[in-house]
Amino acid sequence: MFQNFMINAFETAAIVAVVAGVVGFFTVLRGAAFPAHAIPNGAFAGAAGASLIGVSTLVGLGVFALVGAAIITRLGRRERTDVAAALTLALLLGLGDLFLSRSNEYASEVFSLLFGEILGVASYEILPTAVMGLVCIAVIAMLYRPLLLSSIAPDVAEARGISTRWMDFAFLVVLALTTTMAVPVVGAFLIFSLLIGPPAAALAITDRPSRAMALSSLIALITVWMAIVASYSTDLPVGFFVGFFSGVSYAFGRWWAMWRKRSRRAQRSTQSA
Amino acid sequence: MDLWPHALSGFFSNQPVRTALAVSTITALVSALVGVFAVIRGQSFAGHAFSGIGAAGGSGAVLVGLQPLIGFVSMNVAAAVVMEMIGLRRARGRNLATGIVLGVSLGLSALFLSLDMTHTSRSGTTISILFGSLFTVDPSLIPAVAVIALVVAGLIAALYRPLLLTSVSSELAFVRGVPVRLVGIGYLVALALAVSLAAVTIGAILSTALLVGPAATVLHLTKRTGAALAAAAALGVASCWIGIAISYASASWSTDARGWPVSFCIVAVVFVFYLSVSYLTRLRHGFVSPHQQLVK
Repeated sequence: MFQNFMINAFETAAIVAVVAGVVGFFTVLRGAAFPAHAIPNGAFAGAAGASLIGVSTLVGLGVFALVGAAIITRLGRRERTDVAAALTLALLLGLGDLFLSRSNEYASEVFSLLFGEILGVASYEILPTAVMGLVCIAVIAMLYRPLLLSSIAPDVAEARGISTRWMDFAFLVVLALTTTMAVPVVGAFLIFSLLIGPPAAALAITDRPSRAMALSSLIALITVWMAIVASYSTDLPVGFFVGFFSGVSYAFGRWWAMWRKRSRRAQRSTQSA
Repeated sequence: MDLWPHALSGFFSNQPVRTALAVSTITALVSALVGVFAVIRGQSFAGHAFSGIGAAGGSGAVLVGLQPLIGFVSMNVAAAVVMEMIGLRRARGRNLATGIVLGVSLGLSALFLSLDMTHTSRSGTTISILFGSLFTVDPSLIPAVAVIALVVAGLIAALYRPLLLTSVSSELAFVRGVPVRLVGIGYLVALALAVSLAAVTIGAILSTALLVGPAATVLHLTKRTGAALAAAAALGVASCWIGIAISYASASWSTDARGWPVSFCIVAVVFVFYLSVSYLTRLRHGFVSPHQQLVK
């Protein structure tokens, strides 16, 4: 259970979970679930292209994630975000199809980019993951107040001179960075589950931003660690457990919110009686 | 290097091409029909998500030896109901509900696909479900495809007026006594069926491209729904045919006879149409004043 590769998996998962918890908080707050799905999946095409021209997968992912963010922002000037994200995703995946047809990539490699291979993380991959994770957190910290204001009340932010469009773009760049960091280790599909489930659960439990962010990172961490342990002991894919536990955590969050509302109401009625 | 006439010889007499033309025509028509409403209602994410959600059903069906189409359809209809149950009225909340269901489904896909690989040693399933290829569609699927297409068309026709009203203003529709929620579920089921159909036959990428691309393009040209529906359908079918022709011809352009994949070609054509129309309408409308931008 605690061989070297398991330690690597736990460490990498911790980094990814903390970053996903923080970035995911803003994803849910901004209603940016579709871009959070489109950028990692579109970037996957970059990985296929990178292997074709012989550069590192990380470069391909990074370039395509940033290009995806830029295209979504550009199209978003005339379209609603969901339409912009759909068009961008179709375009990038279409390119991915072309790249795959040109290369001799095996199906299993494609599978691992989509679903990740966290149990196969090598020690030398941890440092770049940590550095990119720190950059994500640093960018969020720098933009914290304007980003938060533009997420909750875009009109007020606009009136205070914070450009909504710029904040949208800045946030998509953070998503692109998160993608580049996470896709090689946890895959395009998993990072999406982590960006949505745990933060949505946290936001159902508390309204306070700092608490919600901490809680969402914590839930993401528990989700991934439990998934690794479950996958190790059952020999089923990690992706299944991450998806499943993310869903369960959201259901728990909704249940908690409902239960507390009800118990408060009960308290109030006993007080008035 | 003769580009067109020779490269296209035998186009219409080629069996895979004929199947591809037939299937893509049906799919493009249905996608355009639900796509226009998806764009107006802001449900493009759900439209895309069904291709991933359905994949979980499809890979599960392969595992127990059923037709993938059955898995796609049943999983998607179930997901449509769950998404409505999670509820959350505003568009933001709707995206969140879609995201949660999609996240769990992707996990299920991971499970089923890995079991598929170990039990049936068909590792190509992931790629074929994601990217699909029109040239390898099984002709025996065409009747089932046609039936689902008719059901979707029937649903949209039955819901047409109330759907239009709720799409433009759900408050107004509510005041007029339209069962807004029921209409919403009805539309979501139609969307789920249409995307199942598209994802199984032409793959997830193309299903999203044909759902959103033509609809977004024609909505730059007209705001009248009837005209938009007709134009989007025509544009979708045209894009497919042009894309299939390019892909077919491209095999004779390259030296190693590896043509361009058909999904890529159709997506490229859809995108070229979108960009040209978007560019031309901007020229026509000229400079957009900052005031107008604010209103938007």
